[in-house]
Amino acid sequence: MNKKQKKMLARILLAAVCMVVFSLTPAKGWLRFALFMIPYLIIGYDILKKAGKGILNRQVFDENFLMAVATVGAILLGEYTEGVAVMLFYQIGELFQSYAVGKSRKNISELMDIRPDYANIEQDGQLQRVDPDEVAVGDIIVVQPGEKVPIDGVITEGSTMLNTSALTGESVPREASAGDSVISGCINMNGLIRVRTTREFGESTASKILDLVENSSSKKSRSENFITKFARIYTPAVCFGALALAVLPPLVRLLMQAPPQWSDWIMRALTFLVISCPCALVISIPLSFFAGIGGASNAGILVKGSNYLETLAKTDCVVFDKTGTMTMGVFEVTGMHHNTMEREKLLELAALAECHSSHPISKSLQKACAGPIDQARTTDVQEFSGRGVTAKVDGREVAVGNAALMEQVGALPLDCHSVGTLVHIAVDGQYAGHIVISDVIKPHAKEAIQALKRAGVSRTVMLTGDMKKVADQVAEELGITEVRSELLPADKVSQVERLLEEKKRGALAFVGDGINDAPVLSRADIGIAMGALGSDAAIEAADIVLMDDDPLKIAKAIRIARKCIRIVYENIYFAIGIKIACLILGALGIANMWIAIFADVGVMVIAVLNAIRALWVKKL
Amino acid sequence: MKKTYKIDVDCANCANKMEEAAKHTAGVKDATVNFMTLKMIVEFEEGQEPKAVMQNVLKNCKKVEDDCEIFF
Repeated sequence: MNKKQKKMLARILLAAVCMVVFSLTPAKGWLRFALFMIPYLIIGYDILKKAGKGILNRQVFDENFLMAVATVGAILLGEYTEGVAVMLFYQIGELFQSYAVGKSRKNISELMDIRPDYANIEQDGQLQRVDPDEVAVGDIIVVQPGEKVPIDGVITEGSTMLNTSALTGESVPREASAGDSVISGCINMNGLIRVRTTREFGESTASKILDLVENSSSKKSRSENFITKFARIYTPAVCFGALALAVLPPLVRLLMQAPPQWSDWIMRALTFLVISCPCALVISIPLSFFAGIGGASNAGILVKGSNYLETLAKTDCVVFDKTGTMTMGVFEVTGMHHNTMEREKLLELAALAECHSSHPISKSLQKACAGPIDQARTTDVQEFSGRGVTAKVDGREVAVGNAALMEQVGALPLDCHSVGTLVHIAVDGQYAGHIVISDVIKPHAKEAIQALKRAGVSRTVMLTGDMKKVADQVAEELGITEVRSELLPADKVSQVERLLEEKKRGALAFVGDGINDAPVLSRADIGIAMGALGSDAAIEAADIVLMDDDPLKIAKAIRIARKCIRIVYENIYFAIGIKIACLILGALGIANMWIAIFADVGVMVIAVLNAIRALWVKKL
Repeated sequence: MKKTYKIDVDCANCANKMEEAAKHTAGVKDATVNFMTLKMIVEFEEGQEPKAVMQNVLKNCKKVEDDCEIFF
């Protein structure tokens, strides 16, 4: 509790004690009035002051005004205890709200505790702490065990384990050593490392993410805008309603020559005013969204605005990119057939022949080869663009490439039944077999599709620029029913546009890795970029950013959004429902001041507690 | 030009009112108040001196919600 809240608590306790004691005294008339003025002023002086200032500033219809009118009215009618109690409970409610909001604000910022406070710079053999803002690009910073990496960079010295859980929600630490790039916001767990910065602090991942999360609730959702508009017409409407309730029925009774019962109707009008306070709604809706966004970021899902959370919850159709999203986007050797020599031997020959090439396929051949590659064994390398290479390895003529290259060297290539890119090898003009290289499906990809279906997504579509055969096989393995293959980047946009036209309800989400699918990300109802750690383009283009590349997070994001929106609607219906019911009861004279206090403070407390539930997303 | 200011305000509805007041201040193109992070993002019109405009923003906000503060 801060100072303001403590002071308020003291005022509440003091006023409550006074109220209870005085209501037990037998004092009558003016003495009783004077006694009750003590707790009333202790608890309500600031409300009265604000209401007065509001009238002076022509801001009449606010909560303070409602409370001031209701309590002054009750006191004038001789209902001293009620008058003080209304003020007391209103203040308790305000205190609770301020405490709860402060608490969740703190919770959420702790979850997102990735802001580095300082950077270490070595000067004359001494470590000096400096403001990370002052570190220039290319400077060497030192990160000790237990410290946060303050700025993005590349390790120049040392090796360590990095904890990325605050960024990705992933609890398994990542290994990093000299030459690896590190991202700010990670925690260095055990080794001392020196990092050459590659970005300024303000451009570093941690700063960008914090910026994004802190500004996320600025993009307001439809429900938030609805509540703002609602509150703007609601408060004056209720005030006029109360006025009418106080004046019209007695006048009608007078006309009908019955006793007007002024005090009864005025009391009903005051009850009406107390019930009507819109705070429960106004506070709980943004709080729910804030908690939902906070919970999501803790799970490694960044949501750029509450409006996106709202759209995500309505997702009915999910469109995926294949490479990098459902597959790893790296090529691996998955098979070797018709080989005339040992697998290892053939692989080594192929890798050696390709050792000067930087093509992804030659990279994967070199990776698959177990031993170190001695480039000196390779001579006379000749590259044939679009075909492959020929080279002399240990004095033998080796040709590595596609079928066209085989024909060129006079070997007869054999076709293959498995799916992937074929690399044929000929040694000394004789066909020696082929290696199948294909992209690898991510470990959770299949589960991810099932999880999406369980989460209520009715349509899943995969778009890819890859060959039909490959795409169909991946889709079948994953359980995706619709595939559009052999698409150019521009075709992906038109495919998404067609899908947008086709869909009848819900929203369409596109999931990509952020590399050259930015136009599609922005065209879909909601763009989700994954594996975005360190990729600025993806963070810019997408509405929702998955920090690691686990496709299971897509379904999780949808479930978090659904939970958050469910809570928002619960609060809207619950608060408005109870208020309307109590308003009717109040107008009929059935609800008294105590019920009115519940309808105001009680509803607010329940709505705030419910809103905080949106923060708990671990088990979703 | 966009600038972010720290604010202090107690209730969500008051924050909404501050946002309205700030939006209608001369020299302000757009303003958003984020109650949860207690921040006000103000986009100034071209050629306006932020300090001077913020004086008026604060004055207007004080009118709608006496108990608020903007740190600039």
